[in-house]
Amino acid sequence: MATETHGATESVAGMPQLELAHFPNQIFWLLVTLVVIYFVLSKIALPRISSVLAERSGTIMNDISAAEELKLKAKDAENAYNKALAEAKAEAQRISGETQAAIQADLNTALAKADAEIAAKAAESEAAIAEIRANAADSVKVVAKDTAKELIAAFGGKADAKTVTAAINARLKG
Amino acid sequence: MSDQAKKSGGTGKVIFFAILALILLSIFIVPTGGEGLSFHPMDQFQIKPVFGDGPIHWYTVTNATLWMGLTVLGVVLLLIVGSSGRAIVPSKGQSIAELTYGFVYKMLEDVGGKDSVKYFPYVMTLFCFIAFSNVLGLLPASFTPTTHIAVTGVLALLVFVFVTVLGFVKNGATFLELFWVKSAPLALRPVLAIIELISYFVRPVSHSIRLAGNMMAGHAVIKVFATFAAIKLIAPVSIAAIAAMYGLEILVAFIQAYVFTILTCVYLKDALHPAH
Repeated sequence: MATETHGATESVAGMPQLELAHFPNQIFWLLVTLVVIYFVLSKIALPRISSVLAERSGTIMNDISAAEELKLKAKDAENAYNKALAEAKAEAQRISGETQAAIQADLNTALAKADAEIAAKAAESEAAIAEIRANAADSVKVVAKDTAKELIAAFGGKADAKTVTAAINARLKG
Repeated sequence: MSDQAKKSGGTGKVIFFAILALILLSIFIVPTGGEGLSFHPMDQFQIKPVFGDGPIHWYTVTNATLWMGLTVLGVVLLLIVGSSGRAIVPSKGQSIAELTYGFVYKMLEDVGGKDSVKYFPYVMTLFCFIAFSNVLGLLPASFTPTTHIAVTGVLALLVFVFVTVLGFVKNGATFLELFWVKSAPLALRPVLAIIELISYFVRPVSHSIRLAGNMMAGHAVIKVFATFAAIKLIAPVSIAAIAAMYGLEILVAFIQAYVFTILTCVYLKDALHPAH
């Protein structure tokens, strides 16, 4: 048997591929291999891999939509922030305006009060000055009368009180 | 970029011719040197029983059986153990499993159309078997089932029969419009029909020989280079050439799996939509 195989090998000039006697063996085992691989693939490997791929693409889609949602939320938040900022700015402006007005009003009343006080003091002072002036004028009259009387007496005259007074009044008026 | 490519192409040519010269030189020198190199590049394709040394029956466990079994193991490791985490954020293994799935699925969908997606498990089975068999065959001292025409022939015939039956089941007699080119002038149509018919029946031949031939050639060339490594003078060049071939073979292993699968997709498309 062994010599027979050897002879066959020599007859195909060293091409083991053309050894027809070995064909059934290879074909049989090839078919077994293919069937095993086919069942391994179609029953276990391919469904598993395709489910994993589907799951992944689903997860990616979900993540993308979630990201889009978050992006929208972020935009909303930004808008809200901008709105709040604008409101706060307006509020600040209003408050500062109000404060300015209040301060101005306070200032105005204080100024008015001060003006009134100053005016009152000035009037008082004027009155005092007028009194003093009046007193001074009276004193001058008396002093002038007395002086005139003394001068007349010194010149040896007899002073007529009525005339002196009239003369002095005329003199003071003039 | 193109300059660099030209440059590397130039150096590649130089290396190629250097290797060729050395090989020719050694062929002339070696017999006179009396050293005698014996070339056995095809020995690696021998089918041998794993247990004992008896005759090979159809059920005998051979090295082909062993490496087909390892192919199944590889598929299980990548696509089942790799994806067992079922994580939303995948691990490395799961990423590779998902990339493989997506690669074949997209290829089938793009080439074969939406309604060919039903046959995805079949196409994936073919791709996984060929890719794993090719890649595992690159391990030193391994056996590559896809270097055998018996294996690739059965694969191609399975596709051919499946696609032909599917074509007739789905389209009935209109499937024959595949051979009747409506866009051609009427007088030419019978001639074209004969050409189309021949090309249709040549499909499984080219489909299978392309895969087996590519795989076998690369392995045989590596073996030839390895034989030259026994000569001290050429050993460094030979080893460098083996390394380069090995890199190329890794590429070829995936490309051939891809080509076989994409052609299957094309044939599926023809079966589902036979009109030109």
